[in-house]
Amino acid sequence: MTWNGWLQILVYFGLVLALTKPLGVYLHRVFESGERPLPRLFGPADRLLHRLCGVDPNQEQDWKQYLLSLLVFSLMGTVVSFLILVFQDRLPLNPQGQEGVSWHLAFNTAVSFLTNTNWQSYAGETTMSYLSQMVALAWHNFVSAGAGIGVALALARGLTRRPAPDDPGAKGLGNFWSDLIRSLVYLLLPACTVLALIFVSQGVIQNFAPYLDVATLEGALQPMAMGPVASQEVIKMLGTNGGGFFNANSAHPFENPTAFINLLQMLCIFAIPAALTYAYGRMARDQREGWIIFWSMAVLFLAGTTTAYWAESHANPALSGLAIEQSVGNMEGKEVRFGIAGSALFATVTTDASCGAVNSMHDSFTPLGGLVPLVNIELGEIIFGGVGAGLYGMLVFVLLSVFIAGLMVGRTPEYLGKKIEAREMQMSMIYILIFPLVILIFTAWSSVTEAGVSALANSGPHGFSEILYAYSSAAGNNGSAFAGLSTNTPWWNVTLGLTMVLGRFAMIAPVLAMAGSMRGKRTVPPGPGTFPTNCLLFLGLLVGVILIVGALTFFPVLSLGPVLEAFLAPHNRLF
Amino acid sequence: MTKHTRQEISLFNKAILGPALFESFLKLSPRLMMKNPVMFVVEVGSVLTSILWLRDLILRPVNMEPLWFTGQVTLWLWITVLFANFAEAVAEGRGKAQADTLRRMRREIEARKLTDGAETRVSASTLRKGDVVVAEVGDFVPCDGEVIEGIASIDESAITGESAPVIRESGGDRSAVTGGTRVLSDRVVVRITADPGSTFLDRMIALVEGASRQKTPNEIALHILLVGLTVIFLIACVTLVPVAMYSSVTLTVTVTIALLVCLIPTTIGGLLSAIGIAGMDRLIRRNVLAMSGRAVEAAGDVDVLLLDKTGTITLGNRMATELLPAEGVRVEDLARVAGLSSAADETPEGRSIVALVRERYGIVDQDLQAPGAVFIPFSAYTRMSGCDVNGSVIRKGAVDAVMDHARSLGGVIPAGVQEVTDHIGDQGGTPLAVSENGRVLGVIHLKDVVKAGIKERFSRFRAMGIRTVMITGDNPRTAAAIAQEAGVDDFLAEATPENKMRLIKEEQGRGKIVAMTGDGTNDAPALAQADVGMAMNTGTQAAKEAGNMIDLDSNPTKLLEVVEVGKQLLMTRGTLTTFSIANDVAKYFAILPALYILAYPEIAPLNVMGLSSPHSAILSAVIFNALIIILLIPLALKGVRYRPVGAAALLRRSLLIYGVGGVLAPFVGIKLIDLLLGAAGM
Repeated sequence: MTWNGWLQILVYFGLVLALTKPLGVYLHRVFESGERPLPRLFGPADRLLHRLCGVDPNQEQDWKQYLLSLLVFSLMGTVVSFLILVFQDRLPLNPQGQEGVSWHLAFNTAVSFLTNTNWQSYAGETTMSYLSQMVALAWHNFVSAGAGIGVALALARGLTRRPAPDDPGAKGLGNFWSDLIRSLVYLLLPACTVLALIFVSQGVIQNFAPYLDVATLEGALQPMAMGPVASQEVIKMLGTNGGGFFNANSAHPFENPTAFINLLQMLCIFAIPAALTYAYGRMARDQREGWIIFWSMAVLFLAGTTTAYWAESHANPALSGLAIEQSVGNMEGKEVRFGIAGSALFATVTTDASCGAVNSMHDSFTPLGGLVPLVNIELGEIIFGGVGAGLYGMLVFVLLSVFIAGLMVGRTPEYLGKKIEAREMQMSMIYILIFPLVILIFTAWSSVTEAGVSALANSGPHGFSEILYAYSSAAGNNGSAFAGLSTNTPWWNVTLGLTMVLGRFAMIAPVLAMAGSMRGKRTVPPGPGTFPTNCLLFLGLLVGVILIVGALTFFPVLSLGPVLEAFLAPHNRLF
Repeated sequence: MTKHTRQEISLFNKAILGPALFESFLKLSPRLMMKNPVMFVVEVGSVLTSILWLRDLILRPVNMEPLWFTGQVTLWLWITVLFANFAEAVAEGRGKAQADTLRRMRREIEARKLTDGAETRVSASTLRKGDVVVAEVGDFVPCDGEVIEGIASIDESAITGESAPVIRESGGDRSAVTGGTRVLSDRVVVRITADPGSTFLDRMIALVEGASRQKTPNEIALHILLVGLTVIFLIACVTLVPVAMYSSVTLTVTVTIALLVCLIPTTIGGLLSAIGIAGMDRLIRRNVLAMSGRAVEAAGDVDVLLLDKTGTITLGNRMATELLPAEGVRVEDLARVAGLSSAADETPEGRSIVALVRERYGIVDQDLQAPGAVFIPFSAYTRMSGCDVNGSVIRKGAVDAVMDHARSLGGVIPAGVQEVTDHIGDQGGTPLAVSENGRVLGVIHLKDVVKAGIKERFSRFRAMGIRTVMITGDNPRTAAAIAQEAGVDDFLAEATPENKMRLIKEEQGRGKIVAMTGDGTNDAPALAQADVGMAMNTGTQAAKEAGNMIDLDSNPTKLLEVVEVGKQLLMTRGTLTTFSIANDVAKYFAILPALYILAYPEIAPLNVMGLSSPHSAILSAVIFNALIIILLIPLALKGVRYRPVGAAALLRRSLLIYGVGGVLAPFVGIKLIDLLLGAAGM
């Protein structure tokens, strides 16, 4: 570990911290105030889209309507994406003449982008036409992020809105269509436009040209993949999507050319999830509620980064004995322009948030270095987390913590003055349960079936980590992979596709149901006897509950994967 | 007045423990166990390991675990289930013991039924609502009812534990009588208000026995959490089997079940219902009957306490506290005359004046003896009382009345009396002027005496975050002064049933949970509206029906204890849940290395406790898991102590003890058991 490395990490975190408040205030104004920012710039597009879609922004939806809108919208988008992928060979913008995609890969990919996962069972440059990339995939990158923000807002509204005295059974959680339109108009589209230009200025490519054949130093001709990269690169990060234009993702010099762009990409990942915590504090009328959530995430983030950086600064046991200089640490699978710190930090950030873009190969990390991304995902993608998904996931843990420990102050548990009762516990338990359910069942199944094991590049605990990582990544809607697993087979495409759908919608449904049941509850004003959720003590409790629930669920399998590998490595048992 | 409190039943009373042990086995019936999914999983696990043990015993398969190991695990799994059942049985046993005492009262009573004025003797069990009966000296009241004619003193000790007889009369707020109580004097005519099976006694028996016990809202929510965790661990353990196959780790069914049982929240799962029953029981021992567990829970949540001034905050009678002589009058003279004026006055105020002059102003009995004195009692017309003695005309009473009286005798009103009078009024007191032969000697300060220790009590409540509101019929000025002295947060002066109701609704509208006490029929709507309404047992039937708690001692101050019991109940649940979940960390470190170490000896450093062998490690965790239940039974039954220190401090303390302690304790416990097992040669 070096001072330079630590400085990179601290500068990065400092920038995230600095961005949280201004962006948070902006988001709050966009979604929760009558006076939206920059009305002359964005107002016309906002009104036009509302009118085109026939949406009345003041038409509040209850949780069922909100969920139904989300599901219908998602289903239609998936079907269109599926068809574009399958028939891309007959559609325009395909200079490379890519073939139509197989049904199972098309299903997997359409679902993957729909669910904000961006798991890629394919290599972009050899599979996808420019049209598929720009329409079938990038479309979802925008709207899945918008939908995530919407669900987070709906839950936040359910928790923080107080029923008016004359309207005790209030149900309105906002309007899905309106939240979606505004997230696009005020946030994602303008930010992506500006940032894409900055990306281009640093060397990210943006063209519709056929691939180039370039003579290498050895004199051989190498095809050089081209395409409209910059426009997709920003939303890939900003929407915590993570699906790379190229197979090498952010390790590819055309996606992530410089250390500056690397920093900017990481900032894009955390920007919206961090800002949402601030916006949440505003909605809760107590900024500390937002900051406690932010710092709980930050504590877990810093712990993960430190562990990963520490682990990767050690030599790779698999390479010991070879004539390779390992004094800087484990450079296998890392880009020299990012180094150990830049790679370890990126790996932590991309798995904390459910982004899944990678600038180094997690598969090549040391066992403990690789454990960090895996644990980050398995804690539920709540360390800043996916756009929107991080906040609503964290709020479920907040409710769970309040419920478990809240009784200890001698009152039935309440959060922001609203009682947490059977209905909310039911929904949080479904939310918490779905996650290990799909991950563990599919992992266990795949580890004993030929269809599953045959995809492995490695044996033993490392091979097992690849399986576990794949399903964790899919359920967590992360999308990054412990490479080394060839998943473009019907078994993997279908099971991972199902995992992604369950990991997204089977978790959003209870979140919205909970928002609905909390919405109309009467609010008890806080007093000295009420459970404090805006203090450091609660931060400790929340982090403890997250770690214990996560650890308790996944510790048995993790200890047969990366943990076991870490114990075996010093004894020269490598996989 | 003697008073025997409801018989205190100690925690480890043989009369309860014996039957409870027997009950623990009866409760193994799957039909009963299913109600508690967490422990049901343990029972299913126990059955499975029992079958495995028998299979191993008979068939001796090649790759079996050692017989002693499977046997021990099986034994301790059964013990885990039995311990949980035992906890519940002990909690129920204490209620049953009390129910038996009550049931003895429900003997066959002969009722004297009145039909159109004619009396017939019928069995009490044939009485129906609306029947009219008569009861005289020595008769038992056959059934719950309302006195419609007459007045009688009644011995209610069987129900309330209070040996002093109470007066019951027709009309007003003291008309309710309870079946099974005995008439000590006079004769009353009673209209029956309950059908057999739904009488107060019946309901009371059902309540203490826990027969009508239903899960409370918070208990249901907690149950969902526990079931959810159980399912998560079930998945984690079941999926571990194929994963272990992949990793070439042999995982036997016995060991998998042991792991599962250690991970699911058996501690809280096993003790949850005992905690609930014990909470109700704690109230019953304080002579408070809660009509539902929901009410007890609500008591823990109370934000606002509405307390009647009289009887709760003040002793109920005004007491003389000070003598203020007029200008030029010696205080001794005032004291002597004031004492004389009250010597024969048997009202509480009068007695307090005599007591005051004796204690504070050195007046002795001789000064107060005036042979031939004629006592003039208080009348609403004169608003004075006093005596005529040896030609002296001594009067005390309302200041303006005494002044008029003095003027009529040609006396002069000393300057300053009016000032003193106003001053007393401002302090919430009542001034009484004293005159002798038309000369106003001074003023007696009467005031409501606030009960000793009540101020400290209210400050405890403030620390808990509970607001206290005093309800009084006094004028606002008096009310404010008493409120300040008693240390309540707010008051409602000149209270009427209507504005009391309005206050409750207002507070509830702000989301507050409101508790109150009451006894009169006109309190009934407010009692019903309040979240916790505690009716006094001396109160009317209507009040008792409206409230969700009844205090058999009719002591309104007890509302404070009820709140503490409610909080204790919730805290006990919270602490044991936290403890139970925190325990799992250590169990993982005991069991997981034991599972993998044969296939991967390199994993040894994960065995942080240095447990001696894989079998011993697993067994130690299982034994710890069982023993912790029995060790925590006293805590579950007695409840965690509540300290009124504010939520943040309380939380910090509890998290430290039950959260951090819950993580650490099993490391120590499992290691100790492992050492013992090693010593025993296992």
